[in-house]
Amino acid sequence: MSATNQAATEQYDYDIIKKFSIMAIVWAVVGMFVGVYIASELAWPFLNFDSPYFSFGRFRPVHTGAVIFGFGGSALFATSYYVVQRTCQTRLFAPGLATFTFWGWQAIIVLAAASYVLGYSQGREYAEMEWPIDILILFVWVAYLAVYVGTLMKRKQAHIYVANWFYLSFILATALLHTFNNLAVPVNLFTLKSYSLFAGTQDAMTQWWYGHNAVGFFLTAAFLGMMYYFVPKHAGRPVYSYRLSIVHFWALSFMYMWVGTHHLHWTALPDWASTLGATFSIMLLLPSWGGMINGIMTLSGAWDKLRTDPIMRFMIVALSFYGMSTFEGPLMSLKDVNALSHYTDWTVGHVHSGALGWVAMISFGSLYHMMPRLWNTTMYSEKLINMHFWLATIGTLLYITAMWISGISQGLMWRAFDEFGNLQYSFVESVAAMHPFYAMRAIGGVFFLAGMLLMAYNMYQTIRQGVRAEAAGARAAAATA
Amino acid sequence: MSFKHENVETNAGVLLVLTMLAISVGGLVEIAPLFFNKDTTENVEGVRPYTPLESRGRDIYIREGCYTCHSQMIRPFRDEQIRYGHYSLAAESKYDHPFQWGSKRTGPDLARVGGKYSNEWHVQHMIKPTSVVPESVMPNYPWLLETKLDISDIGDRMRAQRVVGVPYSANQEEYQRNVKEFGEAVAKTLVIADAKKNLVAQAQEGNYDGDRASVSEMDAMIAYLQVLGTMVDFSKIKPEELVKFR
Repeated sequence: MSATNQAATEQYDYDIIKKFSIMAIVWAVVGMFVGVYIASELAWPFLNFDSPYFSFGRFRPVHTGAVIFGFGGSALFATSYYVVQRTCQTRLFAPGLATFTFWGWQAIIVLAAASYVLGYSQGREYAEMEWPIDILILFVWVAYLAVYVGTLMKRKQAHIYVANWFYLSFILATALLHTFNNLAVPVNLFTLKSYSLFAGTQDAMTQWWYGHNAVGFFLTAAFLGMMYYFVPKHAGRPVYSYRLSIVHFWALSFMYMWVGTHHLHWTALPDWASTLGATFSIMLLLPSWGGMINGIMTLSGAWDKLRTDPIMRFMIVALSFYGMSTFEGPLMSLKDVNALSHYTDWTVGHVHSGALGWVAMISFGSLYHMMPRLWNTTMYSEKLINMHFWLATIGTLLYITAMWISGISQGLMWRAFDEFGNLQYSFVESVAAMHPFYAMRAIGGVFFLAGMLLMAYNMYQTIRQGVRAEAAGARAAAATA
Repeated sequence: MSFKHENVETNAGVLLVLTMLAISVGGLVEIAPLFFNKDTTENVEGVRPYTPLESRGRDIYIREGCYTCHSQMIRPFRDEQIRYGHYSLAAESKYDHPFQWGSKRTGPDLARVGGKYSNEWHVQHMIKPTSVVPESVMPNYPWLLETKLDISDIGDRMRAQRVVGVPYSANQEEYQRNVKEFGEAVAKTLVIADAKKNLVAQAQEGNYDGDRASVSEMDAMIAYLQVLGTMVDFSKIKPEELVKFR
């Protein structure tokens, strides 16, 4: 066991994966802390402290940027570099470029956060980074594509494993979306401020084409790549259905790109476009659930692992949340449901059932699987993984339940009429009614963050253990030589 | 030649090209027509580019991330009509680079907030929202009143917007075109060369923050809020004409 691991650490380029894994955890802690903070600002507004730098509007993109691109992005770089090397049985192509993707990506996250706090934003959700940062992203992304495709080209296996299809699709789609959504003209070359190339309806369409596919490709396709490698690997079983994975891949890649317009129901966007988006959203349920079933059924014959292995539990609960969110999504894309849910906290809850339940949990499972192998050791504490699992699950449930209640209440209060045909509630009455649920959401976030801190501690101890064992091994080798 | 998926799985180039094709169709079909479609590019009388002061206010609106809690897109429902006013038309955001329709109403929609409250109310509300709306969870924005508006690069800002299609005029010919389209009074506010002068004049005349001596960020912000949704005069439009504006 230890001998094969030792061989693996020499056979593959693990250094870059280690760096990205550590930063994934660092950004998770930072991003989730900011998340808890801004959630608390909505419950207890004094936390804005009359300061431009901490006010909700500037802080919110710091949260989304740190968790999506910092945590999610770093986890994807780490796992994709791990998976592509192991399934292609070769080292990374152009390791220098890979190192550039690491430093470049970390710089992007830091610069983005700093620029938001200082008041530079494109005003586009999840794409708030201003033009110089966007250009840096483009360079890093092209380098990433080169490393990834280059590694695929020099593979020692005839077949390209299914996980890599998903990672490749995510890299291509992100390049496409990022480029077109960020077309803008800077005020001058010495300021970050720019004005987007498109206006009004066209701009809204482009932004939500990007916005939903940030979810579809960055936060789904890529994490499915993670799922297709780490679930079978950790369960020690082959993927349930190979055919299903082919259908899953092509249907998902094709259909996701159509659904962004469901964010623009009942707006000034032409009706045909949002109807088309809703239609594809409903069809998307099939490949989504196909993928979920493919993942969960991979465990058939090894169900007992759910009782004994908290890492497996993370993965299967992640898939369950994936199934739930991809059912809720099509539901919310129906125009009549959307008329109620849009603009409310229900949307926020939906995003987090995907982000906490699916994206974060499948990443936790994969990182827990990967890290002892990277440092050639065992996890410092199984018990802490188990505690992390329960904190994360309870936190997610508290969060999404609070947002369901507040979202649906908002929707109903806004449209309620009294017996005389007047609006029953003023807007601010709906704001006041949300307070307990905003507090509950913040508490859910605290649970999730607490679990994350346990993970960080567990990882720190595991790495220390690995590094010490390696140093001891080297000393022993030197002594015998 | 029979097709086998194996051919795709064993050739990275083919996989890459096919994936690229699969992900390109949706966006092309949905986005491209919007640039040629009359529904999204129509003219509605009254809609004009922002004045320099309003435009700077919009910059601050974006800087502070107001869109994370406020939408600017009224939907065609009875409750929204009563609460916010007429549903938003595509043309009303035709000069918005970027659009600020938003996705969340932690606070109310602002698409037609212009003229609803007095300037004094807005100043008070920005400094401390709970002083006028006790249940509000909006942050205080006291720095808007204390910070002088930076107008040094207003020309650059208007030129950049001109490049992306906002008809700010850089020469006599463009000015004449604006006179024809928007009338002389509006056309004068769109002249890039006069941007600074026009900005200061509007701030002094409007007296948005209650202090005529200097132009603060508060002046710009309130000038922007007060114009939102007021450009189209719906009293002039008959209901049957509105059908074509959706």
